[in-house]
Formats: sequence, C-alpha cells, structure tokens
Amino acid sequence: MSTITTALLDLKYLEILAAGDTTIHRLNPLAKVLVTLLFILCVISCNRYELTALLPFFLFPIAMIARANLPPLFILKKIILFLPFILLVGIFNPVFDRIPLVQFGSLTVSGGWISFLSIIIRSILTVGGAFVLIGTTGFTPTCQALRRMGMPQVFTTQLLFLYRYIFVLAEEAGRTSLARELRSCGTKGQGIESYRSLIGALLLRTWGRAERIHDAMLARGFNGEFHRVQSNGFGRMEIIYCFGWSALFIFFRLTNIPLVLGNFITGFFA
Amino acid sequence: MHMADALISPAVGAVMWTASAGTIAYCSKKVREEMDDKIVPLMGVLGAFIFAAQMISFTIPATGSSGHLGGGLLLTILLGPYAAFLVTASVLTVQALFFADGGLLALGCNIFNLGFFPAFIAYPLIYKKIAGAEYSQTRIAFASIITAVAGLQMGAFGVVLETVASDISSLPFSTFIILMQPIHLVIGIVEGLATASVIAFVYKARPEILSTSLHRIPVACSLRRIMLAFLAATIVTGGIVSWFASEQPDGLEWTIEKITGKKDLEAAKDGMHGTLALLQGRFAFLPDYSFKKADLKPATSITHADTEKPKSEGNRLGTSASGITGGLLTLVIAGMIGFGLRKRGATT
Amino acid sequence: MSHHIVAVKNLRHTYPDGTVAIQDISFTITHGESVGIIGANGAGKSTLLHHLNGTLTPTGGSITIGNFPVTKETLPSIRRTVGMVFQNPDDQLFMPTVYDDVAFGPLNLGLRGEALEQCVSNALAAVGAETLRHKPPYNLSGGEKKRVAIATALAMSPDILVMDEPTSGLDPYARRQAMHLLAAFSHTRIFTSHDLDMVLELCPRVIVLHEGVVVADGAAIELFNDTELLEHCRLEQPLSMRGCSYCRKLAHIR
Repeated sequence: MSTITTALLDLKYLEILAAGDTTIHRLNPLAKVLVTLLFILCVISCNRYELTALLPFFLFPIAMIARANLPPLFILKKIILFLPFILLVGIFNPVFDRIPLVQFGSLTVSGGWISFLSIIIRSILTVGGAFVLIGTTGFTPTCQALRRMGMPQVFTTQLLFLYRYIFVLAEEAGRTSLARELRSCGTKGQGIESYRSLIGALLLRTWGRAERIHDAMLARGFNGEFHRVQSNGFGRMEIIYCFGWSALFIFFRLTNIPLVLGNFITGFFA
Repeated sequence: MHMADALISPAVGAVMWTASAGTIAYCSKKVREEMDDKIVPLMGVLGAFIFAAQMISFTIPATGSSGHLGGGLLLTILLGPYAAFLVTASVLTVQALFFADGGLLALGCNIFNLGFFPAFIAYPLIYKKIAGAEYSQTRIAFASIITAVAGLQMGAFGVVLETVASDISSLPFSTFIILMQPIHLVIGIVEGLATASVIAFVYKARPEILSTSLHRIPVACSLRRIMLAFLAATIVTGGIVSWFASEQPDGLEWTIEKITGKKDLEAAKDGMHGTLALLQGRFAFLPDYSFKKADLKPATSITHADTEKPKSEGNRLGTSASGITGGLLTLVIAGMIGFGLRKRGATT
Repeated sequence: MSHHIVAVKNLRHTYPDGTVAIQDISFTITHGESVGIIGANGAGKSTLLHHLNGTLTPTGGSITIGNFPVTKETLPSIRRTVGMVFQNPDDQLFMPTVYDDVAFGPLNLGLRGEALEQCVSNALAAVGAETLRHKPPYNLSGGEKKRVAIATALAMSPDILVMDEPTSGLDPYARRQAMHLLAAFSHTRIFTSHDLDMVLELCPRVIVLHEGVVVADGAAIELFNDTELLEHCRLEQPLSMRGCSYCRKLAHIR
C-alpha cells in the first residue's frame, strides 16, 4: 500500500515538474514524444554486448534535465527504484553466457558480464528518457501528442479519465483500507472475508460514481463526441529540436564516439 | 510481471507494439460502435479503481503473505473483452509513463501479455464456458480461478517468448520457463480467488451489473479476425524489421567487432539459421555448458581465441583500454554539457 | 425569450428496486425566483433535482421547463437551459484541467475559437477562478472545486441554475464566498441543502419535502417559524433565527 501511495505522490510531483516554464517545457509535446521514441529505439537497437557506444546517449537525459530544471536526484532515485527488477533478470547473463569477451591482462571478462552491464546501462537510459518526457511534458499533453500520432480517440479519452480519477479513488481506497487496519488486530480481520466486502463496496461506489459522471456529462451536452482544443503548432523550435536530436542520435548510433576518443588519447600517450 | 525496455530487441518491441496498437484500434472501434456512451466514464473510473484496489491487500490464510487484485479478469467480467482490453492497456500505459513499470517500448509486450490473453482467450474460451448462461455463485468462483490461472500462464509464457526472441538476456528458454510458470500459477490462484470473491459480492448486491455484461456480444467470431490481423501484423512488421536488419548488418557488426574483437561469434548469431542454431544449442544446454566451461580457463581461452582470430592479444587489450578511457571521457563531457546548460538556464 | 417557468405536475418516481423516492410532487417556479428545496435525508430532494434536467425520467406525472415538456426530443435544449451543479465536484470535474472542463459544455454546443475563449473566460471570471485556468482539478481546494463546478454550468449560459448542496463540505470562508456568488446571479435558482442558514439568506421561497411529497411551500421566514412542521420533517430552525442562547445565558449570569 505504501508503495502505491508514494508512487501517487511522485505522480503529483512529476505533474508539478511538468508545469514548469522553460524552453523545453514550451515545446510542442509531439516533438518531445517523437524524439523520446527515437532515443529509446536507438538505445535498444544497440548490440547486446555494447557498452561504450551507449555512453554518448547519456547526453540526452542530462541535457534535458539541465535545460528543463528537473531535479537530477529525484530522477536518479526513480531509476534506481526500478533497477532491482532488471538486476533480477540480467544476473542470469553472467551465469549462462560465459564466453570470454574482453581481456584485461590476466582478468577475463565473459560476455555475460558485458551484456549484464549493457542491460543496466540500457535501462538507466530508457527509464531516464521516459521520466524526462513526463517531467517536461505532463501526462495530458503526452496523450494529446499520441492522439495526433493516430491513437484512437476512445483510448485517449480512456487515458485522460483514468488519470483524472486515480487520485480520487486512491484516496478513497486509502481511507477504507486504513479504517479496516485500525479495527483489525494484527493480521486478523484482514483476510479475504473483509477484503471481499471492502473491495466490493469500493467497486459499487465506483460504479455509482461513473453513473454520476455520465449524468454530469449529459448535463453539459455530451453526445458521445469529445472535442478538444488543439494545442500550439509545430514551429521552428520544434523542427530544430527534432532534427537536432535525431541527427545526434543517429550519429551516436553509427559511430562509437568513446572508442574514437579513447583511441586518440591512448594513441597519443603510446 | 512486466517486460522491460532493457530486455527487448527493437524487432520484438515493434512487432508487439503493432499487435497491441492494432488491438487497441480494433477495440476502440468496437466500443465506439457497439456500446452505450455510458461506458466512457465507467471505463475511466474502473481503470482508476484497479489502481486503488491494488493498494488494498488481504492475508492468505496459513501463509502469512498477502495478495491483491491484478484486475484483468475482473475488468473483462464487468465490461466485456473490448472495453476491458482498453482499460488494461490504459492502466499499463500510465504505469509505463509514471512508475517506469516496463518502459515505453516494452509497453506493446505488456499490453499484449496482460490484456490480450485474459480478455480474448481466457475469458471467451474458459470463463464463459464454465460460468455458462445460468451462472451461480460456485460456478463463477470456479470459473474465475481457472480463468485467472490460464490467463496468467499465457501471459507468463508470452514474457518468456518475448525475452528469448529478443536475445538480450542470456537466460535459456527452458530455465526461464521453469522459473516463470510456477510463480504465475500461484499468482493466478490468488488473482482468481480475489476476483471470485469480489464478483460474488457484486452478484449479491447488484446482479444486474453482471447480467448486462454477461450478455454482451459473443467474441468467438471476431476472435478469429483479431488473430488473423495479429498474424498479418506480425508477418509484415517482422518482414520489414528483418529486411532493415539484413540491409545493414555491417554497421552493427563493425561496432561489435571494434569493441569485442570477436567477429565469428557474432557472425554465427546473425541470420535465421544462426539464430535457430543458437536456440537449439540453448535447449540442450548441458553440452553447450561444458563447451563454454572449457572456454572459460583464461589460458586456453586466449590461445583458443587467438587461433580463431588473427588479431593479437595486445590489440584486443588496447581496444578495451581505449574503450574505457573514451567511455569515461564521454560521460564527463556529457555531464559538463549538462552543467553548462543548467548554468545558462539559471542566468537567463 | 419566454419566461422560464419550471412546472412540476404530479411527479412520481419509483426506482427499479421498488423504492418509491417521489410519491407526488407538484409546484411551479417562475422566472428569476430563488427557491430552496429542503427535507431530511431520503426525502427525495436529489431524485427531484435529477428530473429537472432529464437525467432521471419520471415514472408518473410531468415536468415542463419554459414551454417545453421534458422528453427525449427536447432534452438537448432543456439541458442547455438548466445548468446543473452536482453535490460532489469530483463527479462534475472530469477533464484534465480547469480550462478543459469549463470548455467541455461550450465545445459540445459547437463554440470554437474566439467565441469559445470568451465564453470560458467569462464563466471563470464570474466565479473568480481565472487564476485556476490551467490547474488540474485534483490540485484544487474544496472551495475552488465548487466554484469551478459552478463555472462549468455557467459556461452553458443557462437560464436556470440547479444546485445540489452548494455549501456542503466548505470551510466558513469558502461557504461565504459561494453564497455571495450565488446571491449575485440573476438566474432562476433552485437549491437543495441542509444548510438552512444559507437557504434563509438566499431563498425567499422554500419547498419542504417529506417522504416524497411536498408538505409545505411558501415564504422561507414563515416556514422556518413553524416549529411543528420543522420537527415533523426532521428539520431545525436556522441558527440565525434562534437568537443566541449562549450570549443570553452569559448576560443572565452577569
């Protein structure tokens, strides 16, 4: 329960971040969604043993965090929270993939460890990219961007409704759950019997709420069609943003910059 | 269990995205055409309800652990498959965006694993058959548990297939399956139990809620259409992706060769027969294992690698050293750019 | 425009489970009136309100708004004429931002561009909520939610405002703010409330419901002095009419 409560608090915090007013925030959501998708695609299309070529991609989340004034520690914390799951699955790589790949003097590193590290870097990048998107854009504008990319209206509406009522229902569930906890000694009374009526009642109240919302919609002339006000257009800034980052990502993807750099430096000293 | 971006390949991600997006489009059309306006807010708040319900748990007798509702099956029973699929997809989208549960690219996989199987396979083929037309409380309970278990087993199998097909994790198919299926059997029973008890409550309090959804349009005929569409989507995307992949394997291989200094190993993995051979090798992983074990001894490995490759050891060492130096440098530069941007942002 | 008379004739409503919520209700409300509908819990107030804009269909009797009977055909124009504010603003504010929510009705009416902007701005200005424009509803306080909910109804430029418990759950300041707002409107206003002081201040006329029938309909000041009637209907005199017994006691001791 506490995890969902903190998750909801984080959700509100992300919305506050997204309400910021920087150049990045002001960009058209569609541009940000497109760039984020390309970013993720470039990162994960790297080979499973790729390490160094992934590193330049850190520029994107770092630059966004800096330019949009996002708190780096918060984003880092969110990414770390997600890591255990990745570790759980990734840890099998060193176990099953023991072909030596890299050699440092007498130390042999197997392909499994390399790909394990690669998985970790990938997840930091992809999760970071997603958080940067939400932290600079917000949920509703992201949905609108997806709508413009061709997502069916029924589904966009569903996302917006869901998001609106998460807060309301989570608070309600939190109260009911607390009420049960206060009157049950330890785990007694927390069994499936009380669960049944608690969740059942919550479900019926939710059902009733849906009916009232529908009434409220009808009262304001709803006839099955959702009209939304169109957001600002795709200007010069958006085009620069999209093309700039896309070019950079493709460049990062095709050239192993760290290797070139490293070769240059080690070559210099050798 | 959620798939994560870091574990899937673009090809698998793209195929599953196409499949999920197609199903979303199809379900949206169905909901729009065949259902009352009333369903719009109902779907929305029920999605939020699933979130809220996951905050509340119950203790499982004699184990000391607790369980809660997953929601996919409950939604399908209440709303019918089309609307339920959309609600599940929306819940997963919010989770992917805000809680980084899964990630954006893996979203297609997650929607399919957790949304499609319960709504379009387990529900029509199992739940409806068992619950029948003149449903009773015991029948509903029985049907819920079996259906939840079946749905989750299929979902877990989906996770395994997608992971193995992506080939990012080295977990062999057989091991992964042995890990995943039993865990999800337990989760499925808990899920079924929770669903059954909530449905029983609703059945007593407001039976009309269940009767309206139970009599919604049968899905048997459209199921075939969805499966066909899914198949077509898979073939088309799979074709496009593999065409692109085969068009420029050189760029990929070139980088791999550069960093690892091992061309042959990767080359063997390339192409269809290579993948198949690899899969075969993994199924019978014991002989494979002993081969790798022999490989592991540093001394033999070097000579072994050396006979395999014309490259000298020194060269390889140099490559990894410069890789690390360059990597560190890149990170420092990226950090400095970020710092500079922030300072500039603060002054303007 | 014709005078927006609300005429309810022998209204009866039975819920599907057999509960008779309204037995027999008749009354007429004329243009510009401000009427309070009061009664104990379960007296049928909310059920009555839901008939006024057609979210519930009568099981018997009829309702006329203006010169139109409330039927399926007239519903769109009836809903435009009757602005409804629900008891719980969370049921009414379902869009992502305040702006979207206020614009929801006008967009359904076909307003676009400058006209839409004007309409939304006017509605927000009328309730003093211009600064809330881009906020999501879950970040509003109770009082702000209530005012925005009123704005969503005002944006439809209704002639009749129907409100279920406009002051419930508000702190004294927000309640006072809402009351000032409602007093300033020139619409025909129909309120239900348990806040009898508010009813006394805002509604010259009061209709008392008890177990689904109208037991009294008249001037607020008169009905609130009828202690027998109030007791019978499980109501109490508004505090402001009772003098202050506490102060009196203090004076006596002195």
